[in-house]
Amino acid sequence: MSEIALVNNPNVGLDKTQKGGPYVNELSTLNLGPTHPATHGIFQNILTMDGETIVDAEQTVGYIHRAFEKIAERRPFYQITTLTDRMNYCSAPINNMGWHMTVEKLLGIEVPKRAQYMRVILMELARLTDHIVCNSILAVDTGALTGFLYVYQWREFIYEIYEEMCGARLTTNMGRFGGMERDFTPVAIEKIQKLLKELPAALKEFEGMVMRNRIFMDRTQNVGGISAERALNYGFTGPNLRAAGVDYDVRAMNPYSSYEDFEFDVPVGTKGDTYDRFLVREEEMWQSLRIIQQAMDNLPEGAYHADAPHYYLPKKQDVYHNMEALIYHFKIVMGEIDAPVGEVYHSVEGGNGELGFHLVSDGGRTPYRLKFRRPGFIYYQAFPEMIKGTTLSDAIVTMSSMNVIAGELDT
Amino acid sequence: MNTKIMEALQAQFGEEGVYGMGESHGILQVTTAVENIVPMIHFLYAHPVFKFQFLTDLAGIHFPEAKGQELGVIYHLHSLENNVRLWIKAYAPIEAPNFPTITGLFATANWMEREAFDFYGIIFEGHPNLTRILNMDEMDYHPMRKEYPLEDATRHDKIDELFGR
Amino acid sequence: MSDSSVNIVEAPAGVEGAGFFATSLDSLVGLARANSLWPLPFATSCCGIEFMSTMASHYDIGRFGAERLSFSARQADVLMVMGTISKKMAPVVKQVYLQMAEPRWVLSVGACACSGGIFDTYSVLQGIDRIIPVDVYVPGCPPRPEQILDGFMQIQELAKNESTRRRNEPEYKALLASYGIE
Repeated sequence: MSEIALVNNPNVGLDKTQKGGPYVNELSTLNLGPTHPATHGIFQNILTMDGETIVDAEQTVGYIHRAFEKIAERRPFYQITTLTDRMNYCSAPINNMGWHMTVEKLLGIEVPKRAQYMRVILMELARLTDHIVCNSILAVDTGALTGFLYVYQWREFIYEIYEEMCGARLTTNMGRFGGMERDFTPVAIEKIQKLLKELPAALKEFEGMVMRNRIFMDRTQNVGGISAERALNYGFTGPNLRAAGVDYDVRAMNPYSSYEDFEFDVPVGTKGDTYDRFLVREEEMWQSLRIIQQAMDNLPEGAYHADAPHYYLPKKQDVYHNMEALIYHFKIVMGEIDAPVGEVYHSVEGGNGELGFHLVSDGGRTPYRLKFRRPGFIYYQAFPEMIKGTTLSDAIVTMSSMNVIAGELDT
Repeated sequence: MNTKIMEALQAQFGEEGVYGMGESHGILQVTTAVENIVPMIHFLYAHPVFKFQFLTDLAGIHFPEAKGQELGVIYHLHSLENNVRLWIKAYAPIEAPNFPTITGLFATANWMEREAFDFYGIIFEGHPNLTRILNMDEMDYHPMRKEYPLEDATRHDKIDELFGR
Repeated sequence: MSDSSVNIVEAPAGVEGAGFFATSLDSLVGLARANSLWPLPFATSCCGIEFMSTMASHYDIGRFGAERLSFSARQADVLMVMGTISKKMAPVVKQVYLQMAEPRWVLSVGACACSGGIFDTYSVLQGIDRIIPVDVYVPGCPPRPEQILDGFMQIQELAKNESTRRRNEPEYKALLASYGIE
C-alpha cells in the first residue's frame, strides 16, 4: 500500500498534497522520560516521530543536577572523595582512585608499589561491576531477563569484597591520599581468588545465553551506529569509542598506577553499533579478569600507603599515644594544612571513558575550581544523531548500550 | 614536543598573541586573547604534525579579583596521535563575557559551552542553542560565580538563625 | 527441611473450624493488599542501584509480593522514590504522585529523598516531603537492601492495618490539602 511505503520513507516531508491525503507524513511528538522504565537514569528525550521512525530528538538533562562542582569548592580535599563516589555510581572506586591520583599529583606524593597494585585490582573490580550492569541491562531491554539475574549475583560478591576493604557496598569512598586505608585482609584475598576462579564460568553462561542469540543479534546489530570520525568529533572515549574503531584507552596511552606493568589487550570494534559496544564491554571484562590475575600473582610486599604524615591520617593507636601523631591528626582534620598552589589535570579510564579531574588550587584548604570531565555528559550529545531514522525500540537499545549514568551526566 | 609547539605558536601568533606559556606537570599551557582562540585552535587542528583533533574538555572559571579578566575559559586539547595535551586559556571581562564558539570544529563543544554558559554566564557567539543545560530554565543567575552561595538562598529551615550563627 | 526452622506467619484473629476460617473482611483485605503491593520504582541515582540489588535474586523483593513492578502510575500502589530529587525533577514527582490511584503509599528511600542528603545546594530539593506526603522514610546513603526491605515491610504493615476507606478520612484529606493536593 502506498501509504505504508510513504510512512517508512526516510526522506519524509510535510507535503500535504502527496497521495494518501493530508494525514500521511504528519509528524508526532513522543515524550520519552524523564521517568521511564527503560531509560537508566532521568533524562528526557522529546522525540519527533514519523509513525514509527524517529526524525529528531530534543534532549533535556539536568534532572539530577546536584551542583558537585560548587560543593567541591567548599569542601576540603578528602571530603570530595565522597562526591566522586556519586558520579558514576556503578563503578565508584575508579572515581575515588582517580581523584586521589589527581591530588597526589598536585601534592607530589609518591605511592608505593603495593598500594598501586591494590588500586589496580580494585579499579578493575569496579570496571567489572560497571560492565556487568551495562551488558545485563542491555539484555534486559531486549527482553532477556535471566542473564541479569545470573551475573548480578557476582556483582553482590564484588560488593562483599568492597565491604572487606572499606565497609561500604556502593558509595565506597575507598582509599586515601597516598595509598589505601587498610591492607588486603585475608578474607578479601580469599574472595578475590574465588572470584577469579568462578566468575569466568558465570560470564560464559551469560555469553552463551545472549551473545550469539539470534534475537539479540537482530535487535542490536546495525542499530545506533556511529563512525569513528563522528565519534572523535563528539569527544567519545571509552568502550563507545573503541566500538567505533579507535583504540584510545587511557590505561594504555597515559598509564597511571603501574598499569604499564600489566599485559592486557584493548578490544576494538568495527562498526560502532550496539552489538559492537556489547562485545567490547564483554571482552573488557575478560581483560579485567586477566589484569586482576596478574596483579594478584605479582602483588609486591611493602607499605600500603605512602609516608605522607601531612595528608594521611595516622593510625588511631598512634594518635592516642604519640604526640606527633595527635598533632598531625588535628591538623589534617581541622584543615590547618594548606595545599600547594597549582593546576593539575589527571584522567583515568573510567567505566565509560576518560574521567578527568581538572583541579585549580589557590593554596587554600579547598579547591579553587574543580572541573569533572565526565565521559557520560560528553558522549550523550551524540544520541540524537545516532537514533535518527531508527525506531523507538532501537533508540532504547542504543541508549542502553551507551551506558549513560545520570549521576555522571548531571554531576 | 612541548617546545616545538611553543615555538610554532609563537611563530604563528607572535609574542603578543601568546602570553603566559608554561608547563604544569608536563602539560603545556598557553594564555591568549579571546580573538586568537578560533585561529589558534584551527591552526593546531590542521597542523600536519601536531594534529590536536580531540577536545577533551572546556571549563569555565571565575576570578573576581582579576579586574577586566574575570571570566575565563580553559580549553583542553589532546593530540591522540602524538599523545600530547595542551591547555589554552582566555579571559574576558565580566561585563562582556563574549567568546567565539568552536562548535563548528568540534561537535562536542556544544554541550560543554552550554554548561559554561549555565554556570558562569559566558556567552559563546555563534552557538546554535545557547540555553541552560543543567540548571532550571527559570533560574536567573549563574550559580558557579564566586559571589553566590552554595545553599539555596530561599530556604526557610537549616538557616543560620536556627543554629545560632 | 525441618519444620522448626520455618516461621509461619500468624493468621489474623478469627474463628477456625474444620474446613473453614472466619475473620473480619478488613483483615482479609489487609492481608491481600499487603502481600501484593505493586511498587513504582522512581529510581534517580545511587539508591536506584541498591534497588536493583534488592530486585535481583540475592535479596529478592519478589518474596514480599512486589515481583511485578509498575512503571505506570495508575497501576502502582507504592511510590518508591530512590535517589536525589532536584528542583527540576520535583514537578515530575508531584505529577506522578497525583496520577497514582488510591490507595497509595510513598516510600522515601535514601538520605537524598528523605531530606536532601549530603547535597545542601541550590538545586536539590531538601526532601520529597516538601511536595508529597511520605509514609515511610528509609535513611542511608545508600541504604542496604535489607534496609529497603525493612522499609517495604513497614509499608506492608500500613497496608495491612489501614482502613480501606482511608481516603475519606478527615485527617488524610487535611494532610493532602496541606500539600495543595485535592
